[in-house]
Amino acid sequence: MLLIENLRVEVEGKPVLKGVNLHVKAGETHVLFGPNGAGKSTLFFAIMGFSKYKVTDGKIYFKERDITYLPPHERAKLGLGISFQRPPSIKGIKLNQIGKLLNRSEEEILEKAELLRLKEMLQRDINLGFSGGEMKRSEVFQLLLQNPDLSLIDEPESGVDITNIDVIAKALRILLQKDRPILERKKSGIIITHTGFILEKLTADKGHLLIDGKITCSGNPMEMFNEIKLKGYTECLKCWKRR
Amino acid sequence: MSKMLEKKIKGEETTLERVGFILEEKERSGSFLLIDDEEMVSNYTDGVTYYSTGKAIQKVKGLKEKMWSLVSPDKDEYTRKAFQAKPRGYFIHVEKDRKVEKPIQACFFIATARLVQSVHNIIILEDGAELHIINGCATASYVNTGMHIGITEIFVGKGAYLSYTMIHDWADQVEVRPRTAIYVQEGGKFVSNYITIRKSKITQTYPEAFLEKKAVAQFTSLIYAPDGSFYDVGARIHLNGEEASGEIISRVISGGGKVYSKGHLVGNSRGIKAHMSCDGLLLSSNGSIIAIPELEANHPEVNMSHEAAVGKIAEEEIEYLMARGFSPEEAKSLIIKGFLDPKILGLPPALEKEVERTINMIGEGAL
Repeated sequence: MLLIENLRVEVEGKPVLKGVNLHVKAGETHVLFGPNGAGKSTLFFAIMGFSKYKVTDGKIYFKERDITYLPPHERAKLGLGISFQRPPSIKGIKLNQIGKLLNRSEEEILEKAELLRLKEMLQRDINLGFSGGEMKRSEVFQLLLQNPDLSLIDEPESGVDITNIDVIAKALRILLQKDRPILERKKSGIIITHTGFILEKLTADKGHLLIDGKITCSGNPMEMFNEIKLKGYTECLKCWKRR
Repeated sequence: MSKMLEKKIKGEETTLERVGFILEEKERSGSFLLIDDEEMVSNYTDGVTYYSTGKAIQKVKGLKEKMWSLVSPDKDEYTRKAFQAKPRGYFIHVEKDRKVEKPIQACFFIATARLVQSVHNIIILEDGAELHIINGCATASYVNTGMHIGITEIFVGKGAYLSYTMIHDWADQVEVRPRTAIYVQEGGKFVSNYITIRKSKITQTYPEAFLEKKAVAQFTSLIYAPDGSFYDVGARIHLNGEEASGEIISRVISGGGKVYSKGHLVGNSRGIKAHMSCDGLLLSSNGSIIAIPELEANHPEVNMSHEAAVGKIAEEEIEYLMARGFSPEEAKSLIIKGFLDPKILGLPPALEKEVERTINMIGEGAL
């Protein structure tokens, strides 16, 4: 589904990603760990193709197609989608308008809004004056309507209360086809998480640790998370420097 | 509608419709049409007197004293010109507690090139009355020069409510100089909506509202200024009575035109509340948007604020929509149309639908 080779990315002239390699197969969910400023969100933005994120070296392949220099809307049309950690608010465009523009039926929009407890927000301008939790739910809601083949999900649980984490997890399970047998899953996802709460509600196949612009270690996500919880990223950094 | 009127506007129906003037009378409580300097009035509502100003001067007692009581004839050269001209325009009076559901429509139409059209309108709502007016200004499709001077004096009684919507669709060489003043008595409410999405040589207007105790005034403008237009628009609210409140909102897009977006809130009494916001989007490097908000507090217990944001469309917003699969052009068009969303006007539903349709109609061409 997604293959990234030796990706180097600069933001405003400053190198942030320094040779990232990553392979996500169809039906897989990967989790991305790493300290603040390691470049996790930058990796997502580069995969999505936002203009501020300049690829200086390396390749991004999506469904076997080189998308390294495609604009974001063409990547979206190929089946890539993103849920932002801190989305901008868009004055004058209503949340349900996005659904209609994505050619989703009234029933589907309502059903998904109900699932994410956003029915009252449908007539509101996207993200304008939304609380932290509402914003996260609105992002996941839009992803569900878009129904991409690979979802980039940036911190779905930060700033969300416990009940709403369940709501978001339920939606993500649908998005990533978690209730199907493993071999029948087609949708892939990458999730950035700090708290790891989401891992209790949704199994992931692989975990990666991003430190200083590089993936320094990969493995079983739950195991990695427990280790990080126990020893912190400082230990990860030491371990990486030893190697 | 009279046969004569129908004949006059033959071929210009869509122009009229664009500024909210429809020939289907059942959707309206009354109609006023001024073509060059010929007037036609039809009124079909009890409790409402709807005359041409000329007729009203003869028929309505005490009107002479009310005329020019809010706008001074010496204000500037345009008011002087209007003061000397034969009075045209409309007079509307709504009796006490009469709530008129369907809007009254008025249209000022220039059908002769280089014409100077000068009007004087008077609107009086007695206590507890309610009225919605939709004013359209347009030029015949074959006319591109002219001048319009409009004096409008509005009296809103205690607890009365007037919504006053103005849609401009003048030809690109027309000069427009409206001079409007509004007096709102205790607990009354005045809502003004100004919409213009066409090129205008010069449009210069600065309505002033005078508010008594607990009265409310709200001015909202949606302006799209194409290349070569000049707009100097604003509003001033004098919050004279205790607990009066006022709001000035403007959304300006420049596609190359120059727009001064002004506002002046004057807080003169205890407990007044007033807010002003000006948002501007600059789409072309030829254009400019100059936001000039003024707050004047003349009493310690006032609550006044303003916010202004002027710039280009945020790249972040365009890319956000691109990530949802929209092309950059689609994303920009969505943001621009959203920016001029008439829902912020708070109109009655029927009128809102119409204004929305109007913006879409004019907007398709303009954007």
